[in-house]
Amino acid sequence: MRSPEDRGLRESAIFNRAAIAAIQQAAETGIYDIRGWGAKRDVPHFDDLVFLGSAISRYPLEGYRERCDTDVTLGEMNASKPMKLDIPITIAGMSFGALSAQAKEALGRGASAMGTSTTTGDGGMTEEERGHSSKLVYQLLPSRYGMNPDHLRKADAIEVVVSQGAKPGGAGMLLGQKISERVAEMRTLPQGIDQRSACRHPDWTGPDDLTLKIQELREITDWEKPIHVKVAASRPYYDTKLAVAAGADVVVVDGMQGGTAATQEVFIEDVGIPTLAAIGPAVRALKEMGVHRKVKLIISGGIRTGADVAKALALGADAVAIGTAALIALGDNDPRWAEEYEKIGSAAGYYDDFQAGNDPAGITTQDPELAARLDPVEAGKRLANYLQVLTLEAQTLARACGKSHVTHLEPEDLVALTIESAAMTGLPLAGTDWIPGRNGGF
Amino acid sequence: METLTQTTVEFDLAEKPVRELNQELHNPTATNYKVLNPRGEHSVAVGINDPIEVEIEGDVGYYCAGMHQHGTVTVNGMAGPGVAENMMSGTVHIKGHASQSAGATAHGGLLIIEGNASTRCGISLKGGDIVVKGNMGSKSAFMAQAGRIVVCGDAGEDIGDSIFEARLYIRGEVASLGADCVRKEMREEHREELVQLLKDAGMEEEANDEAYVDSFTRYGSARTLYNF
Ligand SMILES: Cc1cc2nc3c(=O)[nH]c(=O)nc-3n(C[C@H](O)[C@H](O)[C@H](O)COP(=O)(O)O)c2cc1C
Repeated sequence: MRSPEDRGLRESAIFNRAAIAAIQQAAETGIYDIRGWGAKRDVPHFDDLVFLGSAISRYPLEGYRERCDTDVTLGEMNASKPMKLDIPITIAGMSFGALSAQAKEALGRGASAMGTSTTTGDGGMTEEERGHSSKLVYQLLPSRYGMNPDHLRKADAIEVVVSQGAKPGGAGMLLGQKISERVAEMRTLPQGIDQRSACRHPDWTGPDDLTLKIQELREITDWEKPIHVKVAASRPYYDTKLAVAAGADVVVVDGMQGGTAATQEVFIEDVGIPTLAAIGPAVRALKEMGVHRKVKLIISGGIRTGADVAKALALGADAVAIGTAALIALGDNDPRWAEEYEKIGSAAGYYDDFQAGNDPAGITTQDPELAARLDPVEAGKRLANYLQVLTLEAQTLARACGKSHVTHLEPEDLVALTIESAAMTGLPLAGTDWIPGRNGGF
Repeated sequence: METLTQTTVEFDLAEKPVRELNQELHNPTATNYKVLNPRGEHSVAVGINDPIEVEIEGDVGYYCAGMHQHGTVTVNGMAGPGVAENMMSGTVHIKGHASQSAGATAHGGLLIIEGNASTRCGISLKGGDIVVKGNMGSKSAFMAQAGRIVVCGDAGEDIGDSIFEARLYIRGEVASLGADCVRKEMREEHREELVQLLKDAGMEEEANDEAYVDSFTRYGSARTLYNF
């Protein structure tokens, strides 16, 4: 049979198939959609920027031979034990609970092999994770599930999570089917209930309190550890300033495309601003406070390639964090599970039901049989390979721009391909010196 | 720790910073400490991890005895927000009133407040016990997961909103209960645990007075919000 398009049928741009299916599902169930992954809509992204490379007026470094460093150190200003990363790519916080213990171990193995950090998540620190991560960031979240001062002391850095790009103003969620006995115990909750975390911290509100909270964390850990503050990209200029004023060593800004384990679809797609739009304001805030490249900026949300990494750094970030891409490297959405994805109503390349707990790839699950499908050693190697490729790609681009360190990349190395991305980043539109809204724009 | 003999060290916060106090308490050279002139300083005696006794002579600011383990901290004064937040074990004893979020997310241990506790007391409680001898403010025990809160006076509005498995024993009036929090039957096991908590909080006489114990009401989760 010929496809609807071939028969001249026209799909509505507004009421497209996904929109129609969503209305039908809402009408049938009366329940809103909760899913994993991040925003799927098309928003201005790093693809809308290109590097200029070198020419007569700029000369490159020798592609494979000349030195181009990739290390970044976090927490030099306040922490007596700063955290040195060999590459500017970190693994973002993803909870045990959302992920299986094997997946957490694999993340630790892959990241450690490349000299970078992993991050705990909404559910506390597991022994597997601490054991396999040479550098581990411990999150302090509004829920405080499993929050333990012993773990705080064991961590290499601490991350105060204010909000996440997938759901600024919202909070964690873990549906009953994923609350196994171990997860329930770690979170002090009955098994099998739908766990909805708090969206605000229980013992502080506002920037002045945050200052005191950070002071407390430093006091508890004897001023040893770098302290990150993670915020969703919504008002990055103000949030960055407030985080710095509160004493953060590292500001993590997570764009709207940022992944999640389980959030309302309406939150994922309709709250927060794109990663690309968030970097400029955050960098401006750091520069105005005289701390750019001192207080470190980590950017996350939709990082896939070494080009994305290099572009984020060129715009002024010091490092990036990856979530979704790391899961894909482990084996998420692998075509080898195609049949099983079909059976649960999804498809390889489309699977986003991280909330459901029946992940064929065994990553976002607490089902022992499914989880056993992921070999942490092999998956860890795949992640290390992937991190290696990201790093090599970023280095190649940096050398092409004549830079001997990836963080020497600068806005001047980039131009924008669309008016939107030019306006959002403050880069000129390619082939012009026009920056919308700045030099004589509208 | 085991090798320490009973000694008391005085630490004057008018002369030395909080940071030095905390570092001393993290590697204690004595079993007992007396902290003078706290003058509302924040993060006093946080992160204690040994069975030491610390007595603070005056008022403290935010997060006093935060993430406390094993030891005993006594505040002979008022405590600011987040006192004993996320404590794991041991005892924290406030002789005056406590500001908001007292005992927030405490996983264990006992927090005793001789005076009143402000709003959000025991918010997100995860297994710790709190005894408030005076009144307790609104929004307290919000999302409290486990542990017990005893209030000898009255309680404010929206008590126990979205509460999980924590148990509340309140003697006086409750202005209003939050979503999914209901009045519950006081069975023998509950009476026993209440009596024990009163004793632990130094209220031996009241604990032995049947009429006093009978005047408490138990509140907890109706468990209607546990699944979508
Ligand atoms: C399965 C999963 C679980 C997550 N859990 C947490 C969490 O516990 N805490 C948190 O701060 N962020 C969490 N996140 C968000 C990530 O830390 C990160 O912000 C996001 O994944 C970055 O965007 P990306 O997925 O496009 O790389 C989670 C993301 C995923 C995909």
